[in-house]
Amino acid sequence: MSALLENRDLVVPGDALYEGRIRIGDNTYRSQERVCATRLGLVNYNKNMVSVIALEAGFNPLTGDLVVGDVIDIGLGKWIVDIDAATNAALNVPDAIDAPFRTDIDMPSILDIGDTVVAKIVDLDRRRTPILSILGRDLGKVTKGFTIRFTPSKIPRLIGRNGSMVNMILRATGCNIAIGQNGRVLINGRTREQEEMAVSAIQKIEREAHISGLTNRVQEYLRQLKEEKR
Amino acid sequence: MSSRQGIVSRLKQKKIHEVLASGKRMDGRGLEEYRDIVVKTGVMEKAHGSAEVYLGKTRVLVGVSIQVGRPFSDTPDKGVLMCNAEFTPLAHPTFEPGPPRAPAIELARVVDRGLRSAEILDFDKLVLIEGRDVYMVFVDLWVLSYDGNLIDAAALGAVAALRTAKRPVHKVKDGKIELTGKMKALKLRKEPLAVTMAKIGDSLIVDPNADEEEVMDARLTVTLDEDGNICTIQKANWEGFTVEELHKALDLAQEKVAELRAHL
Amino acid sequence: MSKVKKKTKKRTTKKTTKKTTKKRYDGREANELRPIKIESGVLPNADGSAYIEMGRNKVLVGVFGPREMHPKRFSKPDRATLRCRYHMSPFSVSPRRSPAPSRRDTEIGMVMSWALEPAVFLDRYPRSVIDVYAEVLEADGGTRTACINAATVALVDAGIPMRDLVASCAAGKVDGRLILDLGDVEDKEGEADVPVAYMPKLEKVTLLQMDGVLPPEEFKECINLAIEGCKQIYEIQREALKKKYGITDEEEAEE
Repeated sequence: MSALLENRDLVVPGDALYEGRIRIGDNTYRSQERVCATRLGLVNYNKNMVSVIALEAGFNPLTGDLVVGDVIDIGLGKWIVDIDAATNAALNVPDAIDAPFRTDIDMPSILDIGDTVVAKIVDLDRRRTPILSILGRDLGKVTKGFTIRFTPSKIPRLIGRNGSMVNMILRATGCNIAIGQNGRVLINGRTREQEEMAVSAIQKIEREAHISGLTNRVQEYLRQLKEEKR
Repeated sequence: MSSRQGIVSRLKQKKIHEVLASGKRMDGRGLEEYRDIVVKTGVMEKAHGSAEVYLGKTRVLVGVSIQVGRPFSDTPDKGVLMCNAEFTPLAHPTFEPGPPRAPAIELARVVDRGLRSAEILDFDKLVLIEGRDVYMVFVDLWVLSYDGNLIDAAALGAVAALRTAKRPVHKVKDGKIELTGKMKALKLRKEPLAVTMAKIGDSLIVDPNADEEEVMDARLTVTLDEDGNICTIQKANWEGFTVEELHKALDLAQEKVAELRAHL
Repeated sequence: MSKVKKKTKKRTTKKTTKKTTKKRYDGREANELRPIKIESGVLPNADGSAYIEMGRNKVLVGVFGPREMHPKRFSKPDRATLRCRYHMSPFSVSPRRSPAPSRRDTEIGMVMSWALEPAVFLDRYPRSVIDVYAEVLEADGGTRTACINAATVALVDAGIPMRDLVASCAAGKVDGRLILDLGDVEDKEGEADVPVAYMPKLEKVTLLQMDGVLPPEEFKECINLAIEGCKQIYEIQREALKKKYGITDEEEAEE
């Protein structure tokens, strides 16, 4: 029973990571007596688990995820929302308005095609369709700001431990930032300069997510940007 | 990036208008600024001429193929030019495989009109046997990545490819065509290039990207030759221009085309 | 309007063909691959992408998905559909060919899907589609193998979970001699062409076709020869994927 590689080695799908019995984590699969990688990433050996930190991965919707999406269609009693997942999500009327159900409800007046929402995934139905809700604090239709795209697998780096990275950007730029686990980040600042600074910093994090020492570099970068503005 | 399932975001539309109203663009460019342009020629060895144009994230590959064929029945004494465009499904999540639809056909026709009106080639010199065998010049505009303003990229690529193209040389012997094995450069009479502008609200911007094209009210393409003559104009989308706006756009195009020409 | 000429093979048997000792058209040894270059992440709007040069072949592959499949009735309830498209640009060959897809294009698309599917965890994305678009910009024999090599890298670049990589290469017989990685002129004038795709870690063949005539022993030799070629190409695919992150196998070995 043994690790076949060094911790944080870069692996491709099919690479054997471990020989023998061990708990398998993200982005791995069992093939006969070995554990192998399913994605390109860095192998991570813990005391009793082996996993791969993926460098490239699409968004895998999980219950509890905060997402930013666009309404692309209106169905019977629900809106269809694009959240950049393998299938579109559904937002049912009772999860959008806190009112008793009425058959003559005017859905476009609540949310129309082309509207953007910040929502939470409250369930995955038996066909694996993500079910959303916009009832709750900081959820609902977005009326101000803009969104940018960000690689979903690198989102944890953007948030940082206990939100340390995103809070650093908030403090330095004064922008409101909502991070969707689905790789869409909502930014709203008072001035365009602030917003451009936030976008710059976020793009730097995406480019350098796999290089250690990121937090310090971003801190320095933000400081430099502020200097230039003066 | 513009929407992946074809629905325009209201939030994005609002933000673009807001930022433009203060004289800026979402990607930080000035209103009249082109994105970074890279032009490479001779990239495809089996084509007689080729060029690849990168305009920001837009990428168009142009291939020129020259072969002997029948002339059009109404111009038996002239060579043939045919432009064709394809929006490959690689270029954008909303592009589907299939025969060219209206936007691809428009691209081919606008580029074609620019080349043809300017008389880029001396078609009289491309005849071997009148009414029977002439040189046919195919210009294929292959869109590999879409982030707005395909026309300017494709027109620049077409001229760059034709400029560096070499055609096979044939001779006529006893009423038959024979390959001599020699190659000869195409001689361009003119080099027409396109400048595309978009109207969003009251702002006129040059080189719209995909997001800006999604929300633009109107689009104007002006194709100019080296002498500043207008060879082709195409106005698109649902809003109108005032006459002042049109004059301003024409002046702006004259100014900007020099930047494109510098890449040839 | 010219029709695409169907390739016909010279039909020869073992008895009448003498093994040659002359060099190949480009000076390669019998078991030598053409130079290969692969780059990943080259298309900004695709979920994953790769560009490959294999000799004079130039292919660009874009991957989109997993995403909603339309029309819904064609989607599979328990897994994703892998939809591959093979297409040649008009200027990829001389003389120019029509941009319209040919029957050969359709068949190669299907064969590509079969070559790649065993490596992809399709059951993780029911009812969705993964679109693989291969655009041949320049062709010089073995384009389907080039497409599969690039498509594999593009799928990994898209973050789609896979069991293994898929490498592809053709072996064949030209002038009585068994050779690896046929160029266009060898493809057209040789006695046999055997394209193969192979998953190197799982040791499984996922594509096998043949065009020409071969006695069974030589056919088996061709498969082995092609697999050796696939193993070499696999190393190039790995390098291409790792290069984007600035760490190559060579650098790791030095550390």
